[in-house]
Amino acid sequence: MNKLALSEEILLKVEKPARYIGGEYNAVVKDPAKVKTRIAMCFPDVYEIGMSHLGMQILYDMYNQREDIWCERVFSPWLDLHEIMKQDHIPLFGLESQEPIKDFDFVGITIQYEMCYTNILQILDLAQIPLLACERSNEDPIIIGGGPCTYNPEPIADFFDLFYIGEGEINNLKLVDLYQECRAQGFDRKQFLMKASQIPGIYVPSLYEVTYHEDQTIASFTPVSPEVPATVRKVAAEDLSALCYPEKPIVPFIKVTQDRGVLEVMRGCIRGCRFCQAGMVYRPRRERKTEDLLKLAENILKNTGHEELSLSSLSTSDFRDLAGLMNGLIDHCNAQHVNLSLPSLRIDSFSLDIMSKVQDIKKSSLTFAPEAGTQRMRNLINKGLTEEDILDGSRKAFLGGWTKVKLYFMLGLPTETVEDMEGIAELANKIAAEYFDAIPKPERKGSVQITSSTSFFIPKPFTPLQWAPMCEMEEYIEKAVIVKRAMKNQLNQKRLSYQWHSPEASILEGIFARGDRRVGGAILKAYQEGCIYDAWSEQFDYEKWMGILTECGLDYHFYTTRERSLDEIFPWDFIDAGVSKKFLIREWKKAMAEEVTPNCAEKCAGCSADRYSRSACHGEHPVCAGQECSASEGSSLNNETDRMEENHEDQN
Amino acid sequence: MKIRIKFSKTGNLKYIGHLDTMRCFQKIMRRAEVDSAYSEGFSPHQIMSFASPLGVGMTSEGEYVDIEVLSTESSAKMMERINRVSVDGIRITGYVKLPEKSKTAMSMVAAADYLLTFDVPVDQQTKDAFAEFLKQESVIIHKKTKKQELDMEIRPLIYKTEFLQNEKGQDQLFLQVSAGSAANLKPEQVMEAFAAWRNVPEGSLPFHNHRLEMYADLAKENRKRKLVSLESLGEIIE
Repeated sequence: MNKLALSEEILLKVEKPARYIGGEYNAVVKDPAKVKTRIAMCFPDVYEIGMSHLGMQILYDMYNQREDIWCERVFSPWLDLHEIMKQDHIPLFGLESQEPIKDFDFVGITIQYEMCYTNILQILDLAQIPLLACERSNEDPIIIGGGPCTYNPEPIADFFDLFYIGEGEINNLKLVDLYQECRAQGFDRKQFLMKASQIPGIYVPSLYEVTYHEDQTIASFTPVSPEVPATVRKVAAEDLSALCYPEKPIVPFIKVTQDRGVLEVMRGCIRGCRFCQAGMVYRPRRERKTEDLLKLAENILKNTGHEELSLSSLSTSDFRDLAGLMNGLIDHCNAQHVNLSLPSLRIDSFSLDIMSKVQDIKKSSLTFAPEAGTQRMRNLINKGLTEEDILDGSRKAFLGGWTKVKLYFMLGLPTETVEDMEGIAELANKIAAEYFDAIPKPERKGSVQITSSTSFFIPKPFTPLQWAPMCEMEEYIEKAVIVKRAMKNQLNQKRLSYQWHSPEASILEGIFARGDRRVGGAILKAYQEGCIYDAWSEQFDYEKWMGILTECGLDYHFYTTRERSLDEIFPWDFIDAGVSKKFLIREWKKAMAEEVTPNCAEKCAGCSADRYSRSACHGEHPVCAGQECSASEGSSLNNETDRMEENHEDQN
Repeated sequence: MKIRIKFSKTGNLKYIGHLDTMRCFQKIMRRAEVDSAYSEGFSPHQIMSFASPLGVGMTSEGEYVDIEVLSTESSAKMMERINRVSVDGIRITGYVKLPEKSKTAMSMVAAADYLLTFDVPVDQQTKDAFAEFLKQESVIIHKKTKKQELDMEIRPLIYKTEFLQNEKGQDQLFLQVSAGSAANLKPEQVMEAFAAWRNVPEGSLPFHNHRLEMYADLAKENRKRKLVSLESLGEIIE
C-alpha cells in the first residue's frame, strides 16, 4: 500500500478523498531509483473530468511504456483541498508516487478549454513552481502545454516553457531524449529550450518577440535568433494504426464523467463546418481499421472490467466501415453484457436500427445539431444538414417509437437576422408537427418533446470564421429573448422547450480564444485575486474578471466585437495548423457569400492538410474502392498542383 | 448458483465509499471473468448484494458480498482468479457456495465484531470507567436520521467488550455489537455514549475502526444468541 501525501485527517475532511490517493487498477507504479525522467501529466480540472480525457490516457501509456520514464497524473485539487494545501504549504504531488511534482523533470499540462486558464496557474502555484516561465531556474521542471488551446497559446504564453502543437505521439519522446542528452552534459535551461524549439511542433514562447501597431494589432512576430523556426508546424500522424493505444487504461474508484472504455475510431473530420476548430485543426481525417478496433475493444474491456464502451471521434457517421464496426461491437458487447454507448450519429434507417438494438427507445432521445435556424445560415456555416434531412430523420425516428428530440443551435453567428433566430423555433415546431403527422392519434404513446438549446458562437483560431466579430452582452441576451418569444408563438409550443446558456462565460472565452500575449497579465492577476475553476458556472465571477481586464488596461472589445481585416496578423499566425490561411480566407469569403463547400469525401477543398497523410486524403479505401469516392478521382490531381503552389506561397 | 464472498478492505481503500466499492467489485468480477448471472433489460447488471456498507475511514477483514453465478471453479481457484485482478486493498479471503434457498447476507446480518485502535494511550482510569459504563442496565442515545429523531436503547446491543494492545503498543478495544436491519449499532455510537456519560467532549478518544467479522444468529426466537459467521453458512467448493 503506497504512502500518501495527505494526512488521514485531511483526507477524511475533504470531499471525495479518492481523487487524491492514486492506487487505481492499471495505474503505473515504478521504482523512482530505476527511472531517469519523471513526468507529471496534468489536466487542470477536477479528477472526474480529467480522468475522462482520452488524450491523457494515451500519453500516459506512451510514456510509461518507456522503462526509463515514469509518467504520473495530476489534477486540480478541489477548492476545499486548495485552501488546506495553501495554508499548510503542502506541495502538489503526483498521484502515483505521491511525491511533489516540483522535483519532476516535466510537467505536461493538457489545455482542453480556455476557461481552465486560471486552473493552470493553480497547479503551478500549489506545486510551488514559479508561475512565470522567465522566473524558473534549472532546478524547476519544464512546463509543457498541449491540446486544442495551443492553437492560440499566446494568452498563456508567459506561463509555459514550451508548447507542443499537434498529436502527442509524434515528437514527445524525442523531446524527452533531447532533455536526457542535455541533462547528461550539465543542464542549461535556455540551451535546452533553444534546441527544443528546433523539434517540429515545439513552440518556445520566450524565443519570439512581438511588436504592435498603434491600433494594438500585431506589427511583427519574429524569432529572436535565426536557428528558431519562424513558423511552428503542427505534427500529426500519417496513419493511426502505427500509433500506440492504451489497452490497459486506468480504472478510477470513483464515478468519473466518462466511466467507460473509450475507442478512438478516427481523428479529423471531413465536414468542414466553418465554426468548428476541431474540424479544422485535426485534419486530415484518418481512420483506424475495424479489425484493430474490435481487438482493442475486446482487450480494453477485459483489462478494465468496464461495463460500458463508447466510441470517440468528431463525426462517427463518417467512419467508412461503420456498419462493420457497429455490428462487430454489438455482437461482442451483447455476449459480454456490456452496454454500447452510441455517439451522435446522423439519423437514417441504419443508425435508427443500431440505436434500437442498444438503447431503450422510451428513455433515449434523438439529437440533431442543426446549429442554425435557417438554411441561409446553415449554408454560411457550411453545416451540411438540411431541414429535409432533419424532418425526414425525425419522422423515421417517430415511426420507430422515439418521442424525444434534442436540438443544438448557436446564436450570434455573423450576419444573423431575426429571421435566423426565429427559424430556430420554427424548425422545432416543424419537428413536432412531423410527429403529429407521422403518428396517428390512437398510436401516440406519451407526448413528443422537442428540446432546443442555444449557446453563443465564439470565433476560434484556424476556422474560416476567425475574422467574425462577436456581439455585446446585451445583444446576446436580446437574441435569446427573441428565440424564447418565437417558441411561445409556435402552434406546438406546448411540446417545445428552450434553454440558453448565459453569455458571460462566452465573452471571456471569446477574449481568450483570440487573445494575444497581453491577456496573460490579466489571467495572472485574476488568479492572484482568487479566480479559479472559471469553467464551473457557480465559481465563475464575470464582474470580477471584467474589473481585472479594465485594471490591466485591456479593452475587451478589441478581442471580441472588433471587425478584423484580411491582412491583419493574428497572434496565432506563426502556427501552421495544417489548413492554410489561403484556404481559410477562401472559406470565409464563401461563408459571406452563403456558399456551401462540399465535404472532403465528395470533393477535396484544397485545405492543404493532405500534406500530413496523402493516403488518408487521396488513397483508396478498401470500402469505397471502385465505388463512389471522389477523393481518388482524377480531377483532384489538378487541385493538388494548385495546392502545392499555394503551400509554397504560404511559406513565403 | 449462489456464492458468498468474504473479503478484506484495508489500507488506502478506507477512503473509498460504499457505492464506489460496489462499482469496483463489479469490475473485479468482470476482470476475473466470473460467470456472473445478469439482470435483464437494456442495461444488464450483475446480480450482487453486499452484507453491510462500510463507512469511509473504516477498514475491515470481514466484508461479505453475495453473487449469483452460472458456473464456477473450486473456491481456491476462484479466489486466486479474483485476487489476481483485484486492487491493492481488496482481498478475497473466502468463496463459498450457499444452499439454494439461502437468504442474502444483508438480511442475515445480526452482529459484528469491531476492533478500535486508539490514536492516544488509554489509561487505566478510562478503562475502569468503561467497565462502570457497561454496568448500567440502560444506555439511551439520541439518534438523528434524515427522516426522524429517536431515542435508542443500546445497552442490550453491546454483546462483548475487551481492551487489548497491539504489537505497536497501541491500546485497542474489541467490541461485539448488534448489527443489521433490526438493530444496527455502530462503535462510534458506543464511544459517543461513553463520552457523554463521562461528561468529556466527543472525540477525546480518537480511534480507527476496523471491522473483524459479521455474523448471522441461528437461535430460535427468544433463545440465547447463537452467532455464526456469514461465511460458515456456505460450503467450500472443492
